[in-house]
Amino acid sequence: MLPDTNPIYGESPRCDLHADLHEIVAKYSGEKTNLLQMLIEINACAGYIPKDAAIYIAATLDIPLARIESVASFYSLLHLQPVGEYRVLFSDNITDRMLGNLDLMEQMCRQLWLQPGKVSEDGLLSINTTSCTGMCDQGPALLVNGYAITKLSSQRVQEIGQLIRNRTPVAEWPADYFNVEDNIRRGGLILDNTLAYGEVLQAAKAITPETIISTIKDSNLRGRGGAGFPTGIKWEACRNAEGDAHYVVCNADEGEPGTFKDRVLLTTQADLVFEGMTLCARAVGAKKGFLYLRGEYRYLLGHLQGVLQRRRNSELLGESIMGEQGFDFDIEIHLGAGAYICGEESALIESLEGKRGVPRNRPPFPVTHGYLQQPTALDNVETFCQAVMALHMGAEAYRAIGTEKSSGSKLISVSGDCAYPGIYEYPFGVTVRQVLEDCGAVNIQAVQISGPSGICIGEHEFNRKLGFEDLPTAGAFMVFDDSRDLFEVARNFVHFFAHESCGFCTPCRVGTSMLKQTMDKIAAGHGTKHDLAEIENLDHVLQTTSHCGLGRTACNPVLHTLKHFRPAYESRLKSLDFEPAFDLDGALARARQMTGRDDAGAHLKESE
Amino acid sequence: MTEKKKLRIATTSLAGCFGCHMSILDIDERLFPLLDLVEFDRSPITDIKHCGPCDIGIVEGGICNAENVHVLREFRKNCKVLIAIGACAINGGLPAQRNHLDLSACLTEVYLTEPGLVHGHIPNDPELPLPLDKVHPLHEVVKVDYFIPGCPPSGDAIWKFLTDLISGKTPELGHGLIHYD
Amino acid sequence: MTNTFQLDGATVPFEPGQTVMQAALAADQYIPHLCYHPEFKPHGSCKLCTVKVNGRTMASCTMPAEAGLEVESDIDEINALRRTLVKMLFAEGNHFCPSCEKSGNCMLQALGYDLEVHAAGFRHQYPDRPLDASHPDILLDFNRCILCELCVRASGEVDGKNVFALAGRGNSKHLIVNAESGQLKDTNIALTDKAMQVCPVGVILKKRVGFSQPIGDRRYDESPISAQALQDAPRPPSGAEHD
Repeated sequence: MLPDTNPIYGESPRCDLHADLHEIVAKYSGEKTNLLQMLIEINACAGYIPKDAAIYIAATLDIPLARIESVASFYSLLHLQPVGEYRVLFSDNITDRMLGNLDLMEQMCRQLWLQPGKVSEDGLLSINTTSCTGMCDQGPALLVNGYAITKLSSQRVQEIGQLIRNRTPVAEWPADYFNVEDNIRRGGLILDNTLAYGEVLQAAKAITPETIISTIKDSNLRGRGGAGFPTGIKWEACRNAEGDAHYVVCNADEGEPGTFKDRVLLTTQADLVFEGMTLCARAVGAKKGFLYLRGEYRYLLGHLQGVLQRRRNSELLGESIMGEQGFDFDIEIHLGAGAYICGEESALIESLEGKRGVPRNRPPFPVTHGYLQQPTALDNVETFCQAVMALHMGAEAYRAIGTEKSSGSKLISVSGDCAYPGIYEYPFGVTVRQVLEDCGAVNIQAVQISGPSGICIGEHEFNRKLGFEDLPTAGAFMVFDDSRDLFEVARNFVHFFAHESCGFCTPCRVGTSMLKQTMDKIAAGHGTKHDLAEIENLDHVLQTTSHCGLGRTACNPVLHTLKHFRPAYESRLKSLDFEPAFDLDGALARARQMTGRDDAGAHLKESE
Repeated sequence: MTEKKKLRIATTSLAGCFGCHMSILDIDERLFPLLDLVEFDRSPITDIKHCGPCDIGIVEGGICNAENVHVLREFRKNCKVLIAIGACAINGGLPAQRNHLDLSACLTEVYLTEPGLVHGHIPNDPELPLPLDKVHPLHEVVKVDYFIPGCPPSGDAIWKFLTDLISGKTPELGHGLIHYD
Repeated sequence: MTNTFQLDGATVPFEPGQTVMQAALAADQYIPHLCYHPEFKPHGSCKLCTVKVNGRTMASCTMPAEAGLEVESDIDEINALRRTLVKMLFAEGNHFCPSCEKSGNCMLQALGYDLEVHAAGFRHQYPDRPLDASHPDILLDFNRCILCELCVRASGEVDGKNVFALAGRGNSKHLIVNAESGQLKDTNIALTDKAMQVCPVGVILKKRVGFSQPIGDRRYDESPISAQALQDAPRPPSGAEHD
């Protein structure tokens, strides 16, 4: 989808920031909770957040200037220094790697005479990698000034380089670059629904909020974001919690590498999502809702705003919904800006409040102390869709789908080594083998279920079933055939976690970074048994002492591959017990260069 | 009962200041009972130039140049138990304060552009060991079994540590003896 | 008495709303900690106070006290985790104790001593963290920062000045000061600020008094941190004692 032409989101040539600053602050009513949204708009407008803009915002909002830097520097898509008129970010999930993203990035760097991570001297552009952008079924992908381009090929990269060199505004680039496919390969309960928008909401008018909650409870619906908490219990707890206001939040911060089903739901089922949120609002007694959309999906913003407006026009949102006095509810969309941790519910709420997305201490949980410390029902995009279907069908009919402990359907994002990557909807209980068969995967070595924080399973486990009783999943399903190196898969995931650690707690901040260094050491051929022991020690500390799920699961990719695919590690190890993490002879290179020496004494052997 | 075979100990100082060795001497009169239990191989105390097979190797100082690497490897190869002694051996210490700086810039500053220098040149005699780009603690270059912290550790701390080790206990320093400074 | 829990075999009374750490300290039971400070809302970032509660590891400073909990703290398994955390902090920053004027009064160092940590052991990160010596009376040595946010909290919540904030994330997270220039001299910090008193390590230092108290004569030279932390803990107001 092409970048919209709204001046605030306008691309090159950059807009006049000074004229727009007042407009930006006014648009967000000067509320401190909207600080992040303002910074995102300034960043979109100027390409970064200039110091004078930061000073203006701090003064206008009456907040310390340091808070602007504090917040902005937390999000990888925001910048406090110029990063070029064109900011090119190659998605760096393992699936992008498998499709050759690094070669393409190198090609573009060569073409434009640039090193990754550096801004060109003329300030024209910078090129870097970024965490998975959710285009795994149509990669390799990149973001240019925040907008997604898919299906990169050598030729397309060449063309993009040319467009940048010619300073062609992104809005004038060929539209097909920005085409994002839905790739729905198998529909079901959600994807094949034939509901008219507002239909279920209309029907729910006749029932009480308590009945909505009891139906959801009876339907056995569990959250689809990964944790699998029973949705009805959450809604009930939120309704029963005392507060000045209640809130509904939809978590559309789909950051787990390999997951892209929420993108497809937001594209094709936005009404269902908003209908689910509105039903939830009725159930919990909320007047305001938020959809927190990951920054990488910013291209969906215009579409989603359009759907919201249409629903307002149809009295499905706003005051007196469907003419019912007192049923007031509206939804605001907040953007993220490149922080995986904001998928964690309490971090997301911090971010919604305009702060750094650091997970809170729990308890208390968001159902009692969420947005602005008020009761908040926070659910995944897919969960809201499932809730609509459960209410539409009735608890019993809904429960009949899936398995005993996992009712309903599940959307699976399939990517990696298969003929038909894309979205597959199955009733819970489908085997891994069935999914592999349907997506045309052959000679498969392993499947990463539910992303890097999930688990990696080998062939002997392909009869396992997707569902809460066996293989719980948020939906990612990355397929690796027998040509793939699972050590490199794990290393890519470890890099991801180190990049995305919020840095709040000691074990995750230091541990993920040390885990990354140790994996790199092994990759460089300097690994020994000692390093495997070090990995196991780090894993233990991360698992037992981390503040949130990110740290606790950061070692999963390594633990699972070490367990099932240990030779992938051992084949890289030296037979020695110990090796330095760095190249000793290389550490003398500077001194050799400075002294002009190259005699035997000016070198160190790997061992002696 | 036959007399117990004496343990053989080697010591050396790499990128350090010999302060830890001075502290070893601070064991004072207890050196005599110590010598009933141990004998010294390569050490500044004996002036033996190369290390033979030993039970314990004690290394002071970090790794800042190629020669340090050779000596450390010799110790690791010959000593059953290797002990890093002092801040420099444990975390690079004072020499590691150059780790934020680029080595070329350091050499240029010291030998070429320092005010007052005339006809400066960076020493390039093959007899001189080349500096590494960073200073490393010992455990980043070889496996180290024990660490005695301190800058330097006190004679009492060294005595406690070694007597624990020699008597087969896991060494513990405890309050008053454990120091990082 | 129902409002009690077990900590390493001792019975600890608690008031509703107290965390495990708060109740433990009030009952003269020490649990190691760094980012916890009795005058501030528990933070839970350093994780040194990790304990085992009914078999699960939790940060005791943020864990609400509940009747009947079985809390294990001073056990080999948990102390081993704490040792690793201390080592991580030492490897992450530039903690060169021999040149630090906080040596002997430093909580990180004292915890290392008490846990018998002989070396960081990990690969040292040697981050480049330039000093801020701009202020006439105060030095900031970021090399030693452990990101506990105590100064951020003190300056914001007590001093009402917000002199400090944290920026970046992951291993590039760092302390910043609230000034256009980014320098401490351009903030309204004062020597009398609470933020001047709370740094557990040697980041925020008053100039020219660094060694007025001789090395060897300092707080943790006298006795280990485990024997002293209780002195900082708030006591239950008289009359509120449990029996």
